[in-house]
Amino acid sequence: MYWNQQEECMPVELLRQRQLARLQKTVARVYERVPFYRQRMDAVGVKPADIRSLDDLRLLPFTTKNDMREGYPFGLFAVPLDEVVRIHSSSGTTGKPVVAGYTRADVALWANVMARTFVCGEVTSRDILQVAYGYGLFTGGLGAHYGAELIGATVIPMSGGNNKRQIMLMQDFGTTALACTPSYALALAEEASAMGVNARELKLRVGFFGAEPWPEDMRKAIEQRLNLKAIDIYGLTEIIGPGVGSECMEQNGLHLFEDHFFPEIINPDTGEVLPDGERGELVFTCLTKEAFPLLRFRTRDITRLIPGNCPCGRTFRRMEKVSDRTDDMLIIRGVNVFPSQIETVLLTIEEAEPHFQIIVKREGPLDELEVLFEVDERHFSDEVKVLQAIEQKVAREIESAIGLRATVRLVEPKTIERSMGKRKRVIDLRKEQKP
Amino acid sequence: MKIIQLSVFLENTAGRLREVTGILSRAGINIRALSLAETADFGILRLIVSDAKKALEVLRTANFTVRETPILAVEVPDQPGGLHGLLEALAEAGMNIEYVYGFVEKRSDNAIIVIRVEEPDRAIAVLQAKGFTVLGNREIGTL
Ligand SMILES: [Zn+2]
Repeated sequence: MYWNQQEECMPVELLRQRQLARLQKTVARVYERVPFYRQRMDAVGVKPADIRSLDDLRLLPFTTKNDMREGYPFGLFAVPLDEVVRIHSSSGTTGKPVVAGYTRADVALWANVMARTFVCGEVTSRDILQVAYGYGLFTGGLGAHYGAELIGATVIPMSGGNNKRQIMLMQDFGTTALACTPSYALALAEEASAMGVNARELKLRVGFFGAEPWPEDMRKAIEQRLNLKAIDIYGLTEIIGPGVGSECMEQNGLHLFEDHFFPEIINPDTGEVLPDGERGELVFTCLTKEAFPLLRFRTRDITRLIPGNCPCGRTFRRMEKVSDRTDDMLIIRGVNVFPSQIETVLLTIEEAEPHFQIIVKREGPLDELEVLFEVDERHFSDEVKVLQAIEQKVAREIESAIGLRATVRLVEPKTIERSMGKRKRVIDLRKEQKP
Repeated sequence: MKIIQLSVFLENTAGRLREVTGILSRAGINIRALSLAETADFGILRLIVSDAKKALEVLRTANFTVRETPILAVEVPDQPGGLHGLLEALAEAGMNIEYVYGFVEKRSDNAIIVIRVEEPDRAIAVLQAKGFTVLGNREIGTL
C-alpha cells in the first residue's frame, strides 16, 4: 500500500535524476537568497554551477546546530516573512531554540510526507487516528494532524496529556491508530491498566512512534501491551518535523523520503562521506523546501543506510533505527566506540542481559574500557568457571566487534540504574580525572 | 537423597555477604553450612539453610540472584582419612566433583561433606554401595 506509488517506487535512476535537478535548483536559490550560505560557499570557492552531480554535494559546507543559533531567529530563511505561513520551534539542547518557517507549499509538502508515513502503516480513510503528540510550537502534533487529514482518516486531535481521557476516547470512538512518543504510549498502557481497561482489547491496530530514541525492547513492550504494530518514524524540526522517514510494515529500517530530503552518512570526525552500509553521522539536504532549506545539516544522529531493496517495493533507501548520537561517541585509545555496538554484542549472547554500562577511565597513560552487565537468573551458575566463561565470551565478542579489549564484569541485577528509554549507559571518568 | 543448596551471586563479596546473613537472621533462618567461592570481581555464596524455600523467597525479594542447586551431604568419620575415602570412592567410579566443602555435626562424631557432582543420582548409588550414609533433609535439619 502506497500513498503515491509513482513517487515512492520510482526507479532509482529516475529518482537520482530528480534529486539532482532539485538539488541544483535549491543550491542556486539558497546562494542567491541566504547571505549565510553565500558567505560559506564563497569561503570555500564553490558556486552553484559547480554542482553537476549528486557526488558534488560534498563540495558544499556543512550546516550545524551552532549555525542555527547564530542565525536565530530568521537568519537562514530563504523567503521574506510574508511568504511564511507557519513557524514551529524546538528547544535547542543548548542556548537558543531552533526556529523553522514554512511557506504554504512547505506545509503541503509536510502533509504529503506525513501521509506517506501513515500509509507506510496502512492507514486509510477508514481509520480513526488519535494524535497524542503535543500540538503547538512542537512539530509533532500539527505535522501528524495534516498528514492524517490529507489521507482522509478521522483525526482526534488530543495532543499530549490527559491520560484518562485519552483512554476513554480510545474506547468510545474506537481509535485504530495512535501517534505519540514511545514513552507516552507506555504511559497510556499504564493508565489503561490503572483504570481496569484491558489495553489489548482496544481497537488499536498501528502506532507511529518517534521524537525520541527507543530501543527494540521498548518496541516489544509497546506492541505487547497495546496489541498493535509499532512503527518507528523519524524527523527533526530543522528538516521539516516528523515525515523525514518511516518504517514500512516490514519494520526493518526506516525509508527516508529522499526525493525531498537527501541523506548522506559521514565520518563525524573528518566529514568524509561514507559509502552506503557504513555507520556514521546522518546528514540531510533539503531538496524542495522553500522557507527553510538547509544544506548538509548534521543531525548528530548515528546510523547507517541499509543496502539492498525492501520487499515493500519502495525504492527510497532505508536507514537503521537511530540508536546513538555523536554526543554519545566515545574515543577510546583512538578508536570510535558507540554504546549501541556493545549493546548489539550483548543482544547476540544468550547468557548476557542487555542491561549494561560502559565505564571509561584512564589508568596511567592508557584508556581503560570496562563493561558491566547484569547476571541473569536463568544463566546464573553455582560454579565460578561457568560465570567466568560467560565473561570471557562477552569480552571476546566485544573485542571482535570494536577492536578493543574490554574488562568485562558481571554485576548484580538492578545495579545498573534504568528507566524507560533513557539509561545512563556510559560513565566517562576521564572527564573527572585530571591528567 | 539430594539436598537443596542455595547459590547466591555476590557482586561485592564482603559487604553483600553481611547483607545476606542479616536478611536470613531477620527471617529466622539458620545457616547449616556455607562456602564462598570468589574471583577478583564477584563471589558465589553457597548455603545450606534450615528453610530453603523461605530463604529463596526473602533473598529474591531483596533482589539477590539466587538459584537452587541439588547437592549431596555425606557423613564421613571425623578422623584422618575420612574425606579421602569418600573422594576415592567417587574417583573409582569415574565421577568428577565440581566442588566440595564440609562441616562438623555437633551431635555426632561425624563430619558432613557437601559435594556437588554432575550426576547426583549415580553418585548416591556409588556411595551407598560403598557403605557411606548419604543424608537427607531430615538428618541435617533442613526441612
Ligand atoms: Zn519497505
